[in-house]
Amino acid sequence: MDRSPESDPAEEPQSAYPQDAREVGHGPYQPHEPGYGLDQPGYSPYEDEIPDPQTRMLAIKNAKAYLLKTSTKSGLNLYDHFANILTKILDEQPANTVDIIENISQDVKRAQFRKKMDTLRDEHVIPPTVEAAEKYKALFVKEGGEDEQEELEEEMGQPSLPNVMETAFYFEQAGIGLSRDESYYIFLALKNLINVQPIQTCRFWGKILGLEMNYIIAEVQLREEEEEEEETEEEGEEIIAEEQNEMDEAEEDEQKEKEPEPPKSTYKPPPDIPKEANGTGTNKYVYFVCNEPGKPWVKLPPVTPAQIVCARQIKKFFTGHLDAPVVSFPPFPGNEANYLRAQIARISAGTHVSPTGFYQFPVDEEEEADTYEENLEFEPPPVAEMVESLATWAHHVKEILKQGRCVWIKPAQKSEENEEDEEEEEEEEQEEERGQALLTLISEDEGIKNIPAWTVQASTDLIPEYAVAILQSNRWPGAYAFASGRKFENIYFGWGHKYNQENHTPALPPPAEAEFPSDPGITERADPTVEEEMAFKAAQEEALAEAEEEENEEVEDD
Amino acid sequence: MEAQSLPAALALVAGGGAGLSPERRAALGASLPLVQRDYRFERVWFWGCIQGLRGAYYIAEGLGPDRAAPRSRLYSFNCLDWSLLTPATEEMLALAEQLKGHFQGDPSFEYSLAEINAEAAARLVQSGKEVNPAKRFRTQFATFVPLTLHSLFSEMKTRKALPLKFPYFSLKPVIKEEDRLIATIEQIDRAVGIVPRGAFVKTPLGSVHENRYFEGLSLVEAKKLRSYFHFTEPANLKNKTLLEKADLDPSTDFLDSLEHDIPRGKGSKIKRCNEREGNREV
Repeated sequence: MDRSPESDPAEEPQSAYPQDAREVGHGPYQPHEPGYGLDQPGYSPYEDEIPDPQTRMLAIKNAKAYLLKTSTKSGLNLYDHFANILTKILDEQPANTVDIIENISQDVKRAQFRKKMDTLRDEHVIPPTVEAAEKYKALFVKEGGEDEQEELEEEMGQPSLPNVMETAFYFEQAGIGLSRDESYYIFLALKNLINVQPIQTCRFWGKILGLEMNYIIAEVQLREEEEEEEETEEEGEEIIAEEQNEMDEAEEDEQKEKEPEPPKSTYKPPPDIPKEANGTGTNKYVYFVCNEPGKPWVKLPPVTPAQIVCARQIKKFFTGHLDAPVVSFPPFPGNEANYLRAQIARISAGTHVSPTGFYQFPVDEEEEADTYEENLEFEPPPVAEMVESLATWAHHVKEILKQGRCVWIKPAQKSEENEEDEEEEEEEEQEEERGQALLTLISEDEGIKNIPAWTVQASTDLIPEYAVAILQSNRWPGAYAFASGRKFENIYFGWGHKYNQENHTPALPPPAEAEFPSDPGITERADPTVEEEMAFKAAQEEALAEAEEEENEEVEDD
Repeated sequence: MEAQSLPAALALVAGGGAGLSPERRAALGASLPLVQRDYRFERVWFWGCIQGLRGAYYIAEGLGPDRAAPRSRLYSFNCLDWSLLTPATEEMLALAEQLKGHFQGDPSFEYSLAEINAEAAARLVQSGKEVNPAKRFRTQFATFVPLTLHSLFSEMKTRKALPLKFPYFSLKPVIKEEDRLIATIEQIDRAVGIVPRGAFVKTPLGSVHENRYFEGLSLVEAKKLRSYFHFTEPANLKNKTLLEKADLDPSTDFLDSLEHDIPRGKGSKIKRCNEREGNREV
């Protein structure tokens, strides 16, 4: 469009000279200046053609291009900014526009600031508390109708759900225990366990802390039918394993015939000590664990003596995963579930106590009985007496012997492996181990160095009539027991390790075994010296000479 | 934990099985404000309890206007009557490190600590002094034995040598349980006294205050070890590279973070709730 610098001021200014409609413009690329447009193609001064009369068009284009240049700081450009200002002014038509034009410009700039709208929506992050809350809520669901429950109870007799809240209350008096919410969740989880598994008696054993997750442990006695089924299953597995071993041995024998046999090792592994039957000794109770109330309960396998013996020598923190390997020396025969079971067995044997006289041996049998029954005529001593002397408390779990069992058994030697050995006749006579009898008083427990094994105190000094006697174990920190009248209970909250004053040092590896039995063929001897060799040679020559002389003599005689 | 937020905080740490009985909780609620008034503390924190053989020590800490200043510690048996403990010294720490075993529960109990450098023993022998042979036998090893038992030859334990700054002939024959308590609390605080990042701010004047705008750590930050600091004199800040230092904010990052601690741990317990104040052990 044709335009001159002195354009009509009434015209809407749309170019680079809105305020200088009559005056000469300032800045570069003024069209009236000489040399304007000379840098454009076709307009250089060295060309013959006269510059285009449409230079003004070009100037306008340049000016517009300049206005459209985007600012590096804010991302706006002047062209759009002015367009917005003018739009706003024309929309709103304020009074005294020229006086407030700067403010209008600032307002428009501020309105430019808009939050970037992503096409992607933020991922809705579900916090882990929600998942945990869902699990806990599932605990509160009452399963089955009420009619069904009544029928079940009539048939089977009510399985005893322990009153976890009552126990928690008593322990709380001593400052021991979990928060009330957690205790209640555990209560509900135990109820679920009873509904699912055929359980005769159930007890909350305690909580073992782990590095990543914790274990909540329930001590349970199953009803008898289920136990028999499990035993047959285990026997089936053992038979299959033996058959496989025989197959492997047959293959190995074939191979051995072809190759020269390496010397056989003289190492005899210690005989395998069989584990105790379910329902007796260390396997008296079955243990179920879960990581958190609401998660499914997992049954722990029965414990073997080898596992207990090894568990005594190692100290590993629990990670919280039952299938985690236990890497240790001496190598633990099993994974974390077995280690957990072994520690539970040791803790139970060491710290489960009851007031003396609560349990008694059955009247008919001898004193060295393995079973005990509740004494119905038990009169609980007052709490003050229970706090004063340790003789008012007694163990009711049999102690674990060094062998790893509660009842000593003579290790049977397997006759198959020892056929070729000549040492079969030598049988190591192991002394029969005897542990403490079943209901021994805890006052006879040995302390560690100069620390007594137990600490007993009353829960409160201010109100002695309602105090509870609290017993803490010093050998197994975390094991507690309380007694108040006829009520008593044991519980464990801790890491699952025995107290050790020193830091734990793992066992050193045994010295390297001699690889070969010393045969004369492989024992080292010093090489004969030169003198010895000469002497030997001389002796041989003499012997030869003598032999020749004898022959000669014989020939002469004949 | 502060006295007001004690019940809530106790519920959070109750997973470990240790807690306070209702009697103690009530007593704390009654006595901590009085301690604050009497000793003119700005804040009183319940530190926790140390279990002894015959009783437990309940420990509280009082803070002045600068939260990072050395704290005054008090102990009590029943959470009602509090006694002030003297500040810990390096000597106390060194001696208490050699003690092992439970606390007895009696602050005036004395552990007999017959320790001496091997060189000093040699000097004694070389100088020709007549040393009682029984005593010499005892001084060649480090033993500690409660005076009540008089079993001098019972347990021989090896120990590391005392730092050489102690004069050879100053034998500390006994250490009281109170000193051992002070040293133990100091060591525990140094090792595991943890606060989340952003809970405390350092003013330009150097004093440290709680951050009123701290609303807890976000879920992502709470899982990382570097969002937690040791609430003690920083030892590693100067060792950081310039690049790391450039990222630090001097008002909130003035303490050592946990990520360079040895042994490396994963900080695996996921914190369920945001905590407004520092973690304290119970």
